[in-house]
Amino acid sequence: MIELEHVGYSYGGGDLLSDLSLRLAPGSFHFLTGPSGAGKTTLLKLCYGALMPTTGRVQAFDMDMASLDRDQVALTRRRIGVVHQDCQFLDHLPLADNIALPLTVSGRDMSEESSNLAELMQWVGLSSRADALPPELSGGERQRAALARAVIMSPDVILADEPTGNVDWEMSQRLLRLLLELNKMGKTVLIASHDLALIRAAKSQVQARVLRISDKTLHLAGADL
Amino acid sequence: MSRGTIRAFLVGDAQADRVVPPSGFTAHLTLFVSAAMAFLAVFALALSMASGRLADRWGEELALSATLRISAPPDQRAAQTRAALEILNQTPGIASARALTAEEQAALLEPWFGPDLPLESLPVPQLIEIIADDPAYDAAGLRLRLSGEVPGAILDDHTRWRAPLVDAANSLRRLGLISILLIVGATAAMVTLAAHAALAANAQVIEVLRLVGAKDRYIAQAFVRRFTLRALLGAGVGVVLGMAGVALLPSADDAGGFLTGLGFQGAGWLVPLVIPILGAAVAFGATWAAARHRLSELS
Repeated sequence: MIELEHVGYSYGGGDLLSDLSLRLAPGSFHFLTGPSGAGKTTLLKLCYGALMPTTGRVQAFDMDMASLDRDQVALTRRRIGVVHQDCQFLDHLPLADNIALPLTVSGRDMSEESSNLAELMQWVGLSSRADALPPELSGGERQRAALARAVIMSPDVILADEPTGNVDWEMSQRLLRLLLELNKMGKTVLIASHDLALIRAAKSQVQARVLRISDKTLHLAGADL
Repeated sequence: MSRGTIRAFLVGDAQADRVVPPSGFTAHLTLFVSAAMAFLAVFALALSMASGRLADRWGEELALSATLRISAPPDQRAAQTRAALEILNQTPGIASARALTAEEQAALLEPWFGPDLPLESLPVPQLIEIIADDPAYDAAGLRLRLSGEVPGAILDDHTRWRAPLVDAANSLRRLGLISILLIVGATAAMVTLAAHAALAANAQVIEVLRLVGAKDRYIAQAFVRRFTLRALLGAGVGVVLGMAGVALLPSADDAGGFLTGLGFQGAGWLVPLVIPILGAAVAFGATWAAARHRLSELS
């Protein structure tokens, strides 16, 4: 699905990541952990082409990200659902339209998709909030809305950056269940999180690999959890 | 663009249009500026077309006509006029030569001396109107021959005072065209600024759209369409007002001369209708360039 080969990334100051390799196999479930500022968000952005590696190469669906033009990057993103830590929406559109936005921008016929949309909103428990504007939503509702928006195109890969960062334990359990269900449907999932309790809860239910970023590169961290 | 694309662009995708939040008073400013620019463009166009007509008329009509003035003692006048007419009729390149009658000469002088002029009592020279053929006669050769045979004849082919007038009219036409170019440039600059402001104000919208896989074309189109339609509408209103203003100018008449000739004639009235289309095209190009530039800075 997504493959990073000897990837390095440096900001103006110095290297943030170097010689990092990662392969997300279809249907796999990965956690990405590490201290704040270690580069978790940067790694996710490298995976969906928001950032380009300074060294090495990133492949998505067997295509080199660096060789794609802007439209091809857009098409690739339709196959990758992204949930940001601070999810952003179009604040002037009601929630249902925001969740359906990936369908709208890819030119799908909305009348055909309306039942899918209703089902998805039911699944994330936001049916009653369909007409609310994003600024009126709570943190947990925003996270669930972002997840719904990320999966509405039925992407092959879901990348989530601290999806439980702003919500209480109960809500984070609920979000985790949603992500586990998606994984059972065959989606590849990568979650960046430093919430160890969440990772432990997940490991009891799924064969999850936990990756830790330290010393600018990835280490498999399983035993200590 | 094919016709279908243009229609789709004008009708618009209601969904795509909604992704950019409705803009407030900046939209009205764009409308107002395009209307004002179109209004000014109508007058610049009227000026350049009217002075163009003037230059053509002076250039052509006056080049064809010339005047022969015969200043001779009264007893020789008739004889010299006859001799001059004979020479003129023999000269190749002259379509017709005709001595003005006393009444016609009186009418020419009337504006200057009043209607009660006793023309007979004044030593008024006899005028002969010459209409040149194509190719025209050789003025220098004619002068030489006349000076030998009709000593009182002076040929005036109007070149001396015609040339500067034609120059002036052509300069006016150039000024009008330069004004139109400046108006087009100013409109493009204004739309570019407004589009950049709109793109900056909607940075979050653009970022979200990119994240969910919208192509640049889709994002840009929402902005391009708005600015193009605004410019089209604004310029349309401006052109209608400008044309009404030109139509209300007093019509050209004999006494009017130059300024009252400002306006459009016949099919010329269709030319200003190009202005809204030009305005829309300028807005389309400017917004498209601004959006492309902005989007290329994003990942």
